[in-house]
Amino acid sequence: MSGLRGWLSRLASERQADDAEPAGGPEPAGYPTVTSKGLPKFLAYLDTRPAPVLLDLGAFSGSNVTFFGQRLGGKVIIGDLFAELERHARESPAEELAAFLSKRFAREEASLDGVLLWDVCDYLSRPAAKALAAALVRALRPDGALLGFFGNASHVDIGCTRFIVEDDLHVRLRPHASALARQGGMQNRDIIRMFDGLRVSDSYLLQNGWREMLFRKGGGGRPII
Amino acid sequence: MDKDAFNVGKSVVFKGELSGSEDLVVEGTVEGKVELREHILTVGSHGKIKAEVFAKIVIVLGEVVGNITASEKVELRESGSVDGDITAPRVGIAEGAHLRGSVDMQKKPVAAAAPSPAAKPEAKLAPLPAGAPAAGTQRAPGA
Repeated sequence: MSGLRGWLSRLASERQADDAEPAGGPEPAGYPTVTSKGLPKFLAYLDTRPAPVLLDLGAFSGSNVTFFGQRLGGKVIIGDLFAELERHARESPAEELAAFLSKRFAREEASLDGVLLWDVCDYLSRPAAKALAAALVRALRPDGALLGFFGNASHVDIGCTRFIVEDDLHVRLRPHASALARQGGMQNRDIIRMFDGLRVSDSYLLQNGWREMLFRKGGGGRPII
Repeated sequence: MDKDAFNVGKSVVFKGELSGSEDLVVEGTVEGKVELREHILTVGSHGKIKAEVFAKIVIVLGEVVGNITASEKVELRESGSVDGDITAPRVGIAEGAHLRGSVDMQKKPVAAAAPSPAAKPEAKLAPLPAGAPAAGTQRAPGA
């Protein structure tokens, strides 16, 4: 009898597994999770847009695409800048990176509602970061939002971090192998100058020492809830 | 793999427009356009599609270069790779899958979906009594 019960229970769990989405489930525990203060505000802004267009520049994560797609009901453009940077490092000289980024992210003006920059600027030289920032500022809609994380000078390491969004508040930081290295922290004033054309809406210092900054385009936008 | 589905075998190379009214499993190579509006397209682990794809459900274990539009869902499995834009109300992407493009999960109204004579009729709602709340509103239990 217990054998039959066990078989039925296995069958039920297999059926549940078959019905489950192939991705988007919870990330296995073990990696640090940060509580983001900028992400809920970023999402609150995008909630006001009917079908927001979002550019995610972080390392590709299927669960993030599913999260933002379902949460916002809009379009998620996968930038996967780390893959682009690694490809560029293999195939082209470093001094061409700024021009490459300007061209690669030269999207139609005012075509994006939001940009998830994560920590990609930490991996770029100043001219390359500036070129990317200029392309993003141009592509953001008036009132659009950009969310970025910036390490400090002590955050110089090899490898990248994948930001896995767990919910509106929590982001799991999962390291992944990469030949890229952080360039060292930028001063706040340098970051603000770099995103000339955006204003800092909110800025937070996280427990791990990272700075989380939410930018908005234009000065007269609606207040973020 | 679905035994009832039509199978494009590993050694088959098809160029042109492929449409049908049954499920399809592609293990070979298809170039052009694939249209299975009411059915499931499975791109097997050996399958390579270089085409615009329209189907009810698209499951990718192999390689797709081109845009995918599904009226129900797209599943990109661990070994799957898509180089193109995906449009579907539900999209599942497994860890390890590759995607270069965009994902549009915009909640389009039912009327905007592609019309099909074979489409199953939507469940009809019973008419509301006079004074009932308008569509889209919800009445609190016991109200």
